[in-house]
Amino acid sequence: MIALIDYGAGNLASVRKALAALDAEVFTPADPAELASVRGVIVPGVGHFSSTAALDDRWRAAVLAGIRRGVPLFGVCVGMQWLFEGSTEAPDTPGLGVLAGTCARLTGHDPADPAHALKVPHVGWNSLDFVRPSVLTRGLEPGVQVYFTHSYAAPVTDGTVASTTHGERFAAVVERDRVFGVQFHPEKSSEPGLTILRNFLEVARTV
Amino acid sequence: MLSKRIIACLDVRDGRVVKGVQFEQLRHAGDPAELARRYNVEGIDEVVILDVTATLEARQARAHTIRAVAREIFLPLAVGGGIRSEADAEAAIEAGADKVSLNTAALAEPTLLTRLATRYGSQAVVVAIDARREGAGFGVFVRSGRAAAGRDAVEWAREACDRGAGEILLTSMDRDGTRAGFDCEMTAAVSTAVPIPVIASGGAGTFDHFVDVFTRGRADAALAASIFHYDEHSVAELKAHLAARGIPVRR
Repeated sequence: MIALIDYGAGNLASVRKALAALDAEVFTPADPAELASVRGVIVPGVGHFSSTAALDDRWRAAVLAGIRRGVPLFGVCVGMQWLFEGSTEAPDTPGLGVLAGTCARLTGHDPADPAHALKVPHVGWNSLDFVRPSVLTRGLEPGVQVYFTHSYAAPVTDGTVASTTHGERFAAVVERDRVFGVQFHPEKSSEPGLTILRNFLEVARTV
Repeated sequence: MLSKRIIACLDVRDGRVVKGVQFEQLRHAGDPAELARRYNVEGIDEVVILDVTATLEARQARAHTIRAVAREIFLPLAVGGGIRSEADAEAAIEAGADKVSLNTAALAEPTLLTRLATRYGSQAVVVAIDARREGAGFGVFVRSGRAAAGRDAVEWAREACDRGAGEILLTSMDRDGTRAGFDCEMTAAVSTAVPIPVIASGGAGTFDHFVDVFTRGRADAALAASIFHYDEHSVAELKAHLAARGIPVRR
């Protein structure tokens, strides 16, 4: 079973629909204790980083325990940002801290056209520039485009599998051991998105 | 870099797509789900359902259509037409919409934008603005173009953005249905006035109209309805045309 954590940060309908289409057995845990026996954990999230404050000490402890046991974890959008130390969007809300660095707001500065600010939020299809291979991105072509909608972004670090550029470069896919994250919405990214979800489910199956 | 988006608009009444859909291969011409599936295969970037069902059961009918379409595609789905309250928005989002588009209700009650943005995030809130040239400015119209709102499109777009809108869907009433091209000046005026994405609508007739609106018009996305409904042109052909002219598109 895969746990899809609903901590009140946005609608999970499209994520659920995608997972159902991939025949995943998914449930929404009501209590952190329910993470003890899962094969994988997905942390979604749209909206404001402060909503991750709902992932309190008990949830954090259960998620970290799962990571220590080798249970694959997949953060999506705000869920990926939560894997880092935090975000300047909500300075008082700590992230999980599994990845080093702090998320910050996209500036919209375009070095190629400094007179015109790029739009923020970054909305639409943009390409993944692969830095290193990952089981999560197996089967994806270089430069494949996926759907983003966000105003804050995570820094490029050694946990970065693929970056994307919107004036500035930021982390689009991250991986550290069996902790994975994507800044974009795989459930809204057509075939490439389904491939990524399928790859995560495959990792979870081998636990 | 970020691609310009081509967005299909399905005008739906009572669960059927209106405005002359004539894809020959469709078994059920006018079925929103089948049309969405066709667009998905063709490479459309997003789908907007504009529901003009004018019945008391509009909300349920809309939810049924949304679910049917959402089942077919793993693409962003926006829903507009008669979204007047948080309850309307909630029903649409729970049925599968990623974004809701508000027009008349947003102008009448701008605080609704803030409430929706707080609850669902700005990325889920699109403000649709219908406008036509008025002197040196652009007059906003509501109630499907029937009533002048007494506001300027640029000024209202700025306020909508401040109130929480994540995107603006700007329709030129002068150009809508004419196939004479988008209103690039109006689109550029709004696009340069707000930091959020602007979707251009109204007037698409040729592929070069899209080139214009993405360059001179400074649009981030463009809505296409009837240009594709008659199967004269395909999304793939349009994107090839744009790419050949240096416009970044997803292919």
